[in-house]
Amino acid sequence: MSTVLAAVRPDDWNFPLLVHAAGAMVLYGGLLTGASALGFARGDTRLLRLGYFTLLAVALPGWIVMRVGAQWIYSKEGWDDLPEGTEPGWLGIGFLTAEGGGLLLLISLIAGGIGVRRLRDGGGSGLLKATLVIALILLAAYTVAVWAMAGKPD
Amino acid sequence: MSFDDWMLALHVLSAFAYVGGLILFWVLIVAVRQTDTPEGTIRMGPVVNVGNAAVGIGAGGTILLGIWLAFSVGGYDIWDFWIIAALVLWVVAAAFGRRTGEAYLAGMKKAQELQAAGQTGPNAELLAINRTRDGLVMHALTTVVVLLIILDMIWKPGA
Repeated sequence: MSTVLAAVRPDDWNFPLLVHAAGAMVLYGGLLTGASALGFARGDTRLLRLGYFTLLAVALPGWIVMRVGAQWIYSKEGWDDLPEGTEPGWLGIGFLTAEGGGLLLLISLIAGGIGVRRLRDGGGSGLLKATLVIALILLAAYTVAVWAMAGKPD
Repeated sequence: MSFDDWMLALHVLSAFAYVGGLILFWVLIVAVRQTDTPEGTIRMGPVVNVGNAAVGIGAGGTILLGIWLAFSVGGYDIWDFWIIAALVLWVVAAAFGRRTGEAYLAGMKKAQELQAAGQTGPNAELLAINRTRDGLVMHALTTVVVLLIILDMIWKPGA
């Protein structure tokens, strides 16, 4: 069904879809990079900082662009004209991971930011571990979201 | 979900892995430009491995599942212009990506040689290799070509 929809997608949906997909890809890449750097840092301050600032400077802007694009394509496709509760399940998964994931990303950035500040005094590793765990959870959640957005399960 | 829907979902997930890997390498390219010690360079090795896995799985998944979808989904054919364009661009991206890897691998090898020789301090030659211009240009070209593939996949010119 989704492939049929893709084949008949009006041209003016393409750019909002590109914005949404590009933002999501940058978010995904930022999470992958941030989690990898934090996970393999093993106490190395430089890699810990690299991991945190990747989440801040790559994943967060990616989330913003993804969310703006999502609202744009949602409106273009006319989903906001449907009665409450009649939206397909895949759209619900998308909203849940976008909104919930955004909140979790924010929490991870606040925790990580405090952690990075404490690195100067030799602390902060616990907070950065929490940031890593949240980044890994987000990576898993967005993998499910991408699967749902592309496969469009009922 | 039909089998083709699953294949499409995995095809798109592969694309995310591919682009995720490219973004990871952009971050490492920026980071390694400030890295002049063998230890600092070698420490990035495990992160490089994650990037290699993401690009490998992503590139393999996009091409294999993409070809499957071209044959399986009604309304598309392997000789459609946008599909041939994607296949050609994929090959070009793979070639640029391989050259990017070779350029940055030189820095890792140099760092390992220096560490084996007991030189742990800053090294100007290592910094110069880590700042490879060829690697930077090749990665930028890979990124542009992958972006063209994404545009091609969304707009499907000629479909």
